[in-house]
Amino acid sequence: METGEEHKSPPYMMVFVVLAVLTVAEVLFALLFTGLPKFWLAVGLIFMAVWKAVLVAMYYMHLRFEPKRLWILVASPIPLAIILVVVVIREF
Amino acid sequence: MTTITADRAPMAGMKVYHLKLGMWVFLLSEVMFFTGLIGAYVILRFAHPEAFGVPGEVLNVPLTAFNTFVLICSSVTMVKAFAAIEQNDQQGLQKWLLATIVLGASFVGVQAWEYTLLFSEGFVPMAESYHAIARGAAEGSEVIGGPLYGATFYTMTGFHGAHVSIGVFCLCFTLWRARKGAYTAGNLGGVEIMGLYWHFVDLVWILLFTFVYLI
Repeated sequence: METGEEHKSPPYMMVFVVLAVLTVAEVLFALLFTGLPKFWLAVGLIFMAVWKAVLVAMYYMHLRFEPKRLWILVASPIPLAIILVVVVIREF
Repeated sequence: MTTITADRAPMAGMKVYHLKLGMWVFLLSEVMFFTGLIGAYVILRFAHPEAFGVPGEVLNVPLTAFNTFVLICSSVTMVKAFAAIEQNDQQGLQKWLLATIVLGASFVGVQAWEYTLLFSEGFVPMAESYHAIARGAAEGSEVIGGPLYGATFYTMTGFHGAHVSIGVFCLCFTLWRARKGAYTAGNLGGVEIMGLYWHFVDLVWILLFTFVYLI
C-alpha cells in the first residue's frame, strides 16, 4: 500500500488478544513439554516468538500500511543477523 | 480511518516522512545491537552448555511472564494514544500516554526487583559459581559454575532495561508536550515515532524472553 492513502484503523485489540494467547501458549509449551528434544522445543518457541514479533511490527508499528520499500529496509538486518549467528556457531 | 496529514507528507525515495525514516533507521541499528548481544548468548550457550543453567531452575519464569504481559499492555496503551490523537482527542492522548508510562515504569520496577531476588540467591554478573535456589531443589544447592550465564543474562536484560527506562523518560517528555498542546491531528509525527520506539522495545523483549527465559 502506498503512503498517502487512507486505511482502516488496524485491529489493535484483536492483536493484543493474540499476543496474550501466544504468550500463555509459549510459557505452557516451555513448562509442559520438557521431555521434548531441545531442538524441537526451541523451534516451537522461536516460531511463536517470531509470530508475536511480526504482529507487533505489522500492526502496532504500522508496517503493514507502509510502502514496500520500507519493508525491504526493515527486513535488511535479518539475513545479516542469521548469517552472524550461523557462521560463528559453525566455528564450534 | 488513518489519514496522512501535511506534517507526515511522504518524501521522494522511501515515500515516508523524514521523522519516521530517521526513527526506522535508528531502530535498525538497534536491531544489529541486540543481534550482537543475543547472538553472543546463543553462540556461547551452544558452545558451552555446561556453563548455563536450565532457565526455569535459576530464573523466575512466572514473574517474567507477567512482566512480559505488562509490556505488551503498554504497547496497546501506546497505540491507543496514537489512535486518540489521530482523532484530535487531547484527553485521550494524555490518558493513554500516562498509562503507557505507568506500565513501562512497572516493567522496570519488576525487573529491578527480579535482579535483587537473583542477587540474594548469589546469581550475580560474574559469579564463578553460585548457589541459586533451584526451583524445587534444596536451599543452597549449587546449580552451575562459571561466569558466562550471569554475564550474558545481565548484559542482555540490563541493556534492554536501560532502553525501556530511556523510553519512559521520552514518554514523560512526550506527555509534557502533549499537555502543552503540541500535538494535534495535523501534527502527530512526534507521537508516532515515540510509538515506533516503544513498540520496538516490546518486540525485543518478546524475543529476549523466549531466548533467555524459556529455551
